[in-house]
Amino acid sequence: MSAFPIFPREASSFAPKTDALYFTLVVLSGSIALLVFALIIVFAVRYRRGSSAPRGALPSLIKNEFEIGWTSATLFVFLMLFWWAGSNQIEQLLPPAQAMEIHVVAKQWMWKIQHANGAREINMLHAPIDEPIRLDMTSQDVIHSFSVPDFRIKQDILPGRYVESWFRATKTGTFRLYCTQFCGTAHSGMVGSVIIMSKADFASWLAAQRPAGDLAGQGRALFTSLGCAGCHMPGGPIHAPDLAGLYGRRVPLSNGAFALVDDGYIRDRILDPRSNPPAGYDPIMPSFKGEVDDGEILALTAYIRSLGSSRGALQ
Amino acid sequence: MTDAVAPIDQAELRRARVVAASYLDSEGGGLSEWLLATDHKRIALLYALMITAFFFIGGAAATLIRLELISPHGHFLTDDEYNHVFTLHGIIMVWFFLVPLIPATFGNFLLPLMIGAPDVAFPKLNLASWYLTLIGGICVLAAMMLGGVDTGWTFYPPYSTAFSNSNVAVAVVGVIIAGFGTIATGVNFVATTHTLRAPGMTWFRMPLFVWTIYATSLVMILATPVLAITLTLVAADRLFGLPVFDGFRGGDPLLFQHLFWFYSHPAVYIMILPAMGVVTEVITCFARRRVFGYAMMVYAVLSIAIIGFVVWGHHMFVSGQSVFASLVFSFLSFIVAVPSAIKVFNWTATLYRGQITFEAPMLYALGFVGLFTIGGLTGLFLASVPIDIQVTGTYFVVAHFHYVMVGGAVSAYFAGLHFWWPKITGRLYPESWARFAAALMFFGFNFTFFPQFILGYLGMPRRYHVYPPEFQPLNVMSSAGAVVLAAAYLMPLGYLTWACFYGKPSPANPWNAKGLEWQTSSPPPKRNFLRTPIVTEGPYDYHDLDIAPEPQARPVDAARAHD
Amino acid sequence: MTETALASRAPDPLREPWSDLSRQREAATLGMWLFLMSEMLFFGALFMAFSFSRALDPAAFAEAARHAEIAYGAANTAVLVTSSLTITIAVRAANAERATLATRLLAATALLGVAFLVIKGFEYRDDLRNHLFPGHDFALGENATQIFWAFYWAMTGIHAIHLTVGVALVLRLFWLVRGGRMSLASPQLEVTSLYWHLVDAFWIVLFPVLYVAVRA
Repeated sequence: MSAFPIFPREASSFAPKTDALYFTLVVLSGSIALLVFALIIVFAVRYRRGSSAPRGALPSLIKNEFEIGWTSATLFVFLMLFWWAGSNQIEQLLPPAQAMEIHVVAKQWMWKIQHANGAREINMLHAPIDEPIRLDMTSQDVIHSFSVPDFRIKQDILPGRYVESWFRATKTGTFRLYCTQFCGTAHSGMVGSVIIMSKADFASWLAAQRPAGDLAGQGRALFTSLGCAGCHMPGGPIHAPDLAGLYGRRVPLSNGAFALVDDGYIRDRILDPRSNPPAGYDPIMPSFKGEVDDGEILALTAYIRSLGSSRGALQ
Repeated sequence: MTDAVAPIDQAELRRARVVAASYLDSEGGGLSEWLLATDHKRIALLYALMITAFFFIGGAAATLIRLELISPHGHFLTDDEYNHVFTLHGIIMVWFFLVPLIPATFGNFLLPLMIGAPDVAFPKLNLASWYLTLIGGICVLAAMMLGGVDTGWTFYPPYSTAFSNSNVAVAVVGVIIAGFGTIATGVNFVATTHTLRAPGMTWFRMPLFVWTIYATSLVMILATPVLAITLTLVAADRLFGLPVFDGFRGGDPLLFQHLFWFYSHPAVYIMILPAMGVVTEVITCFARRRVFGYAMMVYAVLSIAIIGFVVWGHHMFVSGQSVFASLVFSFLSFIVAVPSAIKVFNWTATLYRGQITFEAPMLYALGFVGLFTIGGLTGLFLASVPIDIQVTGTYFVVAHFHYVMVGGAVSAYFAGLHFWWPKITGRLYPESWARFAAALMFFGFNFTFFPQFILGYLGMPRRYHVYPPEFQPLNVMSSAGAVVLAAAYLMPLGYLTWACFYGKPSPANPWNAKGLEWQTSSPPPKRNFLRTPIVTEGPYDYHDLDIAPEPQARPVDAARAHD
Repeated sequence: MTETALASRAPDPLREPWSDLSRQREAATLGMWLFLMSEMLFFGALFMAFSFSRALDPAAFAEAARHAEIAYGAANTAVLVTSSLTITIAVRAANAERATLATRLLAATALLGVAFLVIKGFEYRDDLRNHLFPGHDFALGENATQIFWAFYWAMTGIHAIHLTVGVALVLRLFWLVRGGRMSLASPQLEVTSLYWHLVDAFWIVLFPVLYVAVRA
């Protein structure tokens, strides 16, 4: 990094698009500001008291047509800007279906990263270049915000909920990660790095992490040790939903609504099973609040996904 | 044979003296005459003193912030202390400086004068408003004495409700109480405008300043209660454990943000609309022309007030709200910028074919137009969601709102302060000092805040006590500018205080300005007008002339007046 | 004392900056309506927050609301609606210069307001006995039922504070009019009744929202 940067690096697929809009706005704003300043200065000099410039009543052309003219022009320019920004916005806020998932758990005052194979990192996020990365994020305490200026991404992270962000890196290197939602004493210390590597380097890095089994494997172990298997066994004595192929399916709830079985749904079932239970089942599942942490919930979710996913299947 | 002259009626003479006496003259009641005043002009001065005191408290916090940010590691504050300082700066400056800045001082002083009324509709309520604001301010200062608050002025839960160890409840109670004062002021001004206009003062003959005070007051009445209930719920969580915003118990922290910004966005229009009114009064007087497009200016003011209520979600583009909501708020935020642009063009066009002079009020007003234009244009950046994603929560936003609030509203305040100084105090201020301060403020301001736009796009987050070293040069630049800006604020404190005691006495209308407030003496008598004015012409009836008439008495530089 | 004598002893209700009582009355009424608009935004925001929170988990809210004692709520509704009637007639009586009737009805209004608060007090006592205050020993579990009850306490508590202020204002009117220190022509009577009606109106929305609709 240079000693005195005045512009961030362009390191993601979003960056050139955001920067194009930014520079257009800079040029446009600069022109309007310069126009206004120039007119003020010119009028101030030309029409200073006692100068010989002609005065008198304004022609009505100026009064009416100019007023209508500059109002309409302003409105038109602003609408064009909205349309451009809006289209960029939609692309940026909707992650692609096929993306590498990385889980982020934010807590005061650190970033806990977990890869799909179970590899864990603190305050660092390794990822491959040129691949869409989807970040599934939640907070353990207060609202944080995941910000990587060089990628032009930022997303507030809420407690009790999952939020998503995504990016595709276009440069290798190390990029700063900041928390940008005030979260307490060491808010300005909650910084980290996103390290983008070539695909080959990333694969070796990931393999070298030697996690204790993959995430789904950890989940299977937990599924047994926590007693989930006792009820959720197909053909068992307790009438509990069969989890095979459940992920991604739309299921009816006892209050008549439908819900999509995604990460958030599974998390809710584990922590607060009595609210909005599925239709056709008695609400007898106990809550595991306080018995599992967010990392373990991620592992269990990965295991349930590994039992067969209906993602993309008919609802 | 001489006509017998009727003997002088002593009672009538006494009455006339009382009626004609200045509102500043003592009536023998001592301090209680001021602390129990119901005269809107005295209440305006009470507000001015209170606001000045709070400005310097908030300014002291700003000084600490800029000093600390010279170094990337922080050198004399701990993390916690820094967090308390920026929170105090925000709370004081937003609610105890900017919100009452122009409405409570110039609005109070001038609204009745400009419409030809003897006072506001509810004079005792007016005094109560001042006390409510003062009590609220004391509450916040008490929170500071007890150890401060560290949540930022935005009080986001769950940090503010469940995690902060600071005096959140005391501080929000102070803000709620001050909010009641704001609502009372709004009610007073709207009722006054509706029921106390002088004969002939129709709505479309009112000066634009009155329109902006009217629109601001409507916003105060409708927006402030939402803040009150939102902070009440925060206080209820802190004090009684009522978990409305708790994400882990089925509540929603985003609900707070929607409620908070539903108030806080219109709040910024409370700050800027009266400033726009002041600028119109000053530019028309010193360009000696009617304002360009009076009707459009009125509609622009009303549009800003109304549309300002439906753009709050642009503070929440990255909060987790839906893509659709963000699109709608982005669209409406672009729309709300149009009436502001109209106003800038109209002020510029008012100069065309004018007879312009450059006394201090005009310099401040032109400075406003420049700085508000830059600040407003950067609003377009923030209305564009992809750019907002990059710059929200960074110094770009900090620069944007300081441009419009400080470069804008505070410049306009100084424009009005100098313009109406002779009316309020009956004395002139030293013109050369004032012009120098205006120029210094303009340059100091830009040096302080322009580098922050660059810092923001680079990604430097706001509310950061320590930062990566590559951001240091821009931070040092900003802090250097702040030194200049601080000097520029201290100068008026000095020469205006001097002018209170040693300034040359002013004639009733030193600027030869139009407007009912100038048709009475400087300072005005207690009941404002000896006889209720009757209005027969529109505002800004400066005639289009090839050569300006010699003004009645231009304020002479006070120092040279002694020659 | 005869009613007319009582009325004539009272001070002139005209006050600064007005020169005309009808304009003063106009302004006072306008001012109160503006204040009521702000109160509508105050309670309106609270109701919106409640509705939104309910939409997040309607089942939990329904379960929580079943524990609210509808008998108390219904009694309070009857009391408060009656008090609106008494204050309306009091203002009419004042306009007709019938001071004794006006003062009696003002007293009745204040008494009904106090009755509301007393009934509410008993209801709060029962709610606390049933551990329906959010916290460690909350009766219904660690979920959105707490959010319903948080709103219940906040909404009824804020309403009760407003009602207490109303009772104080009505008692003040009663005391001043009865003592001949306020003229029956004073705009304060009508203005106070407007405030009272607003507090009643909020309850008329609050009662079905908290006690009736949510259970369905």
